[in-house]
Amino acid sequence: MTTMIAPASERRLKNHTSIGDTVRNSFTMAYRGLLKIKRTPEQLVDVTVQPILFTLMFAYLFGGAIAGNVAGYLPTLIPGILVQTVITTSVVTGVQLREDMDKGVFDRFKSLPIARIAPLSGALLADTIRYGIATTLTFVMGYVIGYHPSGGIGNVVLAALLVIACSWAISWIFAFFGVIARSASSVQGISMIVLFPLTFLSNAFVPVKSLPEVLQWFVNINPISHLVTAVRELANNGAVTGDVWISLLGAAVIVAIFAPLTVRAYMRKA
Amino acid sequence: MSASTRFPEAGSGAARAASVAGADWAIEAHGLVKTFGSNRAVDGVDLNVRTGSVYGVLGPNGAGKTTTISMLATLLRPDGGEARIFGHDVVAQSQIVRQLIGVTAQFASVDETLSATENLIIFSRLLGLSRAESKRKAAELLEEFSLTEAARRPLKKFSGGMRRRLDLAASLIAQPPLTFLDEPTTGLDPRTRTQMWDTIRRLVASGSTVLLTTQMLDEADQLADRIAVIDRGRVIAEGTSDELKASVGTSSLQLRLDDQADTDDALRAIQAVLGVAGTASPEGARITAPMADADRVTDLLVTLREAGIRLAEMSVQKPTLDEVFLTITGHGAEDQNDSSDADPRETERVDA
Repeated sequence: MTTMIAPASERRLKNHTSIGDTVRNSFTMAYRGLLKIKRTPEQLVDVTVQPILFTLMFAYLFGGAIAGNVAGYLPTLIPGILVQTVITTSVVTGVQLREDMDKGVFDRFKSLPIARIAPLSGALLADTIRYGIATTLTFVMGYVIGYHPSGGIGNVVLAALLVIACSWAISWIFAFFGVIARSASSVQGISMIVLFPLTFLSNAFVPVKSLPEVLQWFVNINPISHLVTAVRELANNGAVTGDVWISLLGAAVIVAIFAPLTVRAYMRKA
Repeated sequence: MSASTRFPEAGSGAARAASVAGADWAIEAHGLVKTFGSNRAVDGVDLNVRTGSVYGVLGPNGAGKTTTISMLATLLRPDGGEARIFGHDVVAQSQIVRQLIGVTAQFASVDETLSATENLIIFSRLLGLSRAESKRKAAELLEEFSLTEAARRPLKKFSGGMRRRLDLAASLIAQPPLTFLDEPTTGLDPRTRTQMWDTIRRLVASGSTVLLTTQMLDEADQLADRIAVIDRGRVIAEGTSDELKASVGTSSLQLRLDDQADTDDALRAIQAVLGVAGTASPEGARITAPMADADRVTDLLVTLREAGIRLAEMSVQKPTLDEVFLTITGHGAEDQNDSSDADPRETERVDA
């Protein structure tokens, strides 16, 4: 307080936030998210233990039954379990957002002249780190037990990026639940009820032909199936199929619907 | 001594701003209303705060203080009425208003998991400062609020007073011309409370307008140029602290005698010197008398000594918030959260 404060009448003020400001604010909020991860590394347990445990479990449990042996099952399983793991991880985004919003610091964010969306988009952006960790560990685990995708490293990276991008988009759904729910545990509850059928009633773990007809119909329209197929084709064959574009389009639609909904709910809750 | 006489800068700030057309009011609020369910937490509040002044909003828990501040600070949308900050509407021009205010909430609005420096850097970056500027600003504010030593420690290890100081520091990054302080000293011990008061005075001296809420008449008296007493969502009295106290009545003088046998003599002396009737407590030895003119207490003490009446203890009891309420409303300043479903924000915080 050594300097005198400029009076209100001498300040240059504007009543809107530019796109540049919005991006800058979001990245600052993402930096906050990364710092929080650094301070509480224990919250990374789900993205480190789950990929290793589930990959091992599913490979040895179902490998023999579904594909005759574990090695033959891996090209089917790894892309499937990758999608399932990373999307499940995006639920945590909603849960943590709910916990975060209950803290006093969100009152300050609301009182600052920043883009309204920044506290949300920043948190979601920081969580792509978590998806990155889960993706890497799943592929590494797969490699260790004998998964050697013939698409090559470049296509595996592309597939990884596709999964991360889609999970980021899907995390807006859980962010929405996070904003409207009363408590963190209810976010977890609602999200799991949505996710369990979506991830398991897909082509992630079993050949679609083995399913009853009604189920086949659902599995084929399930967006998760398209993402799994896209990842499989990319990683295993190095082929960019229509499923890639369907997945990206789906992701864009989800963001277009849920980002504004979430921000509006967040503002109303203010 | 009131803040305005001690800090003439604050007064001259108001005079300077008044010369700029339309800039003499920092806050103009008319008929603000906020309802939560069936409860009208704020029920038609009018507030006018002059630029450069310190304005105190005094009231018990649940009276609507926090809700009023939240509306003025664009955190809550008013259900009725209107408010302008330096002439800018809080609803239509909320983003402009946010550039002009700093808010220190009742419970520290800082990130628990991060360090003090990290908190300040993030808020600075959000306010548009560059990386280097943010670092400098954070260091500067930590120095100013005597937090440099604790700068790297996570906030979980901070005391209540340190947290409040950091919170205030965070509100001052953009050097806002208007600062809201919601119960800035609630829960602080007397020493840190005095420190906080000094900080607020320096803030005012640097040219900021301050709106603070408090439950303590004494605090409003110490800091504020004008005070609004708020009760059940309405402003029930407004004026300078002197005006308010005059309406409440005088302080009272309390004496405890060394020897209980002197009680009658002492009462006679009080009647003779102060011209008012004192009352002795039933268990004796303790006398209370209204004290209209502090100067004449000197005469009373001299008289008592000459009469050989020895005092064990002497104190002055100021009018309390409770008495203010009793005088103005006819009911005491009981916690208003008990009445129906009060402001959920405040209820939640009281529970916490």
